[in-house]
Amino acid sequence: MSTMQPSARMRNETAWTLIFAAWLVASASTLGALFFGEVMQLPPCVLCWYQRIFMFPLVLILPVGLFPFDRKVVRYALPLAVLGWLFAVFHLLLIAGAIPESITPCTQGVPCSEKLIDWFGFVTIPLLSTVAFSTIIVLFVRAYFRGSE
Amino acid sequence: MKQKTLFIVAAVGLLLVFLLGTLVYKSERIDQSAQLAERNRENLVRFHSPALGRADAPVVIVEFLDPACETCRAFYPLVKAMMAANPDRIRLVLRYAPFHNGSDKVVAVLEAARKQGKFWPALEALLAAQADWAPHHTAQMALVWRHLEGLGLNLGQMRADMVAPEIARVIAQDLDDARVLNVTKTPEFFVNGKPLPTFGYEPLKALVDEALTSTKR
Repeated sequence: MSTMQPSARMRNETAWTLIFAAWLVASASTLGALFFGEVMQLPPCVLCWYQRIFMFPLVLILPVGLFPFDRKVVRYALPLAVLGWLFAVFHLLLIAGAIPESITPCTQGVPCSEKLIDWFGFVTIPLLSTVAFSTIIVLFVRAYFRGSE
Repeated sequence: MKQKTLFIVAAVGLLLVFLLGTLVYKSERIDQSAQLAERNRENLVRFHSPALGRADAPVVIVEFLDPACETCRAFYPLVKAMMAANPDRIRLVLRYAPFHNGSDKVVAVLEAARKQGKFWPALEALLAAQADWAPHHTAQMALVWRHLEGLGLNLGQMRADMVAPEIARVIAQDLDDARVLNVTKTPEFFVNGKPLPTFGYEPLKALVDEALTSTKR
């Protein structure tokens, strides 16, 4: 880093902070999901499992790109975040009733349209998931362009 | 260096929040289920429930049991061993929680065996052979009967008895009590009205030992 121009270093530090923030969001979401599942013993439905599949690896992949800093980690992590976001939005639409349950992959076990958590009348687990994936994607995109300007 | 410190502090902080949340949540849950059992004492033991041991035993274990549940099968000899180690001091009351598919029919069979005074032998025979008649967590009546041969039961009479409406009422009542007491998994134990703080043999043993000591005169 010592050979870099001061402005380039600043840009790199901003990008680092953005990716670090994304890691914070991913870790908080992962621990939250584990809290719902393992502590509160709420059974995760099929769609929840797919969202977990795309969220959990971010907790491990992002630190690999943070130490030493490698902005390219965004390229590896973004596909996970985008797919997770798609599942989260699908789940959200399902709960809102915009998509009928019959076309979902949930055939047995916990129906995905069941709301296990409903805080303040509108906060559900899929909403939290959508917010988390959206935040992560925005942070990734900003980190990527901030660093390569 | 600053970044590494920030990362480590954040990681440790997140984990601490998680652990703290878990502890708070668990302790609240234990209080809640204890209060629930306290408030609904009459739901815990019914006159119709099969029981083993002296009626005036100081320690009463209420067990919500599903004959098709593997963990219930695993716990049964453990509870029996506790009773054998403390003769006349522990009473076991069984409540039915037939959560597995088809399990309510098996409970009806047990109740029919009870009419012939052979409830406990029938239960023990069925638990021992559970893997055979409950493949894939589904109780299959066709496979149940052969495990009851040799116990001296009149099986024909049992087939007639098991459809009796009073047996259906007993099962409905037990399921309703399970719902009131928030019993969602089997086996669930209550020792002198107290639920287990966490599920497992050790917590059950600890609770029973505590009850034994506190009632010793």
